[in-house]
Amino acid sequence: MSTIKIRAKESKGIVTVKALIKHPMETGKRKNKKTGELIPPHYIQEVIGQANGKEVIKVYWGPAVSKNPYLTFKYKGEKGDKVELTWVDNKGNRDSKNQAAK
Amino acid sequence: MNRRKFLKNSLLTVGSIMSVATLSIIPKRVFASWPKSSFDEKDLEKSIKSVYGHSDLTESSKVILKAPEIAENGAIVPINVKTKLKRVESIMVFVENNPQPLSSGYYLSSLAEPTIGTRIKMGKSSKVIAAVKSGNKVYSSSKEIKITIGGCGG
Repeated sequence: MSTIKIRAKESKGIVTVKALIKHPMETGKRKNKKTGELIPPHYIQEVIGQANGKEVIKVYWGPAVSKNPYLTFKYKGEKGDKVELTWVDNKGNRDSKNQAAK
Repeated sequence: MNRRKFLKNSLLTVGSIMSVATLSIIPKRVFASWPKSSFDEKDLEKSIKSVYGHSDLTESSKVILKAPEIAENGAIVPINVKTKLKRVESIMVFVENNPQPLSSGYYLSSLAEPTIGTRIKMGKSSKVIAAVKSGNKVYSSSKEIKITIGGCGG
């Protein structure tokens, strides 16, 4: 199952994109309560938003972005645009998903 | 022009085109990678400086930072930034009292509207700064956000 939930809605020539990503966003400073060991950092570093293959936004995140991060942005577009979101984390994991703008 | 001279000249041309192309690619590559040093910086002013090369932020009412005055849960603080400024290149969100002040950065293409929203973690009450780069200047707006842990009114 995809880690990304994405919604894109057009109104008056502006598409609003809202996305939720399932990710632990571990800072590397938290300790495992049972073992007392540090939980290694694991967080998304880069998110790219595209519309019809063109880059709209490039996002850099640090470990201070909340767990299961939320992102919203807007761009000049139309209904039916293919909106695609891709993320990459510090371990090199990645996922992407696309959605037609409504 | 004989064949040898022709070949030599064309090789030189290709060579110079390639070196120009390489030069123009390099800064983009540097720019495109995750800015580790900016995210690692522990001091607010140094962190701002590492992003922009200077720390001259101009307070502007055209930068609108929407965030709660009191956030009960520091793990999820909603932040929205929008601006009336034109030709916005990037939006950055800094949290002064976090271990690393730079929380996130957003680079906008010409298609994007200058508005972003996300949720960040805050260790304790702090000033949050939204910085917008437009043209060669950086405009900002800030807000004090109070974190109450477990609803005890800390």
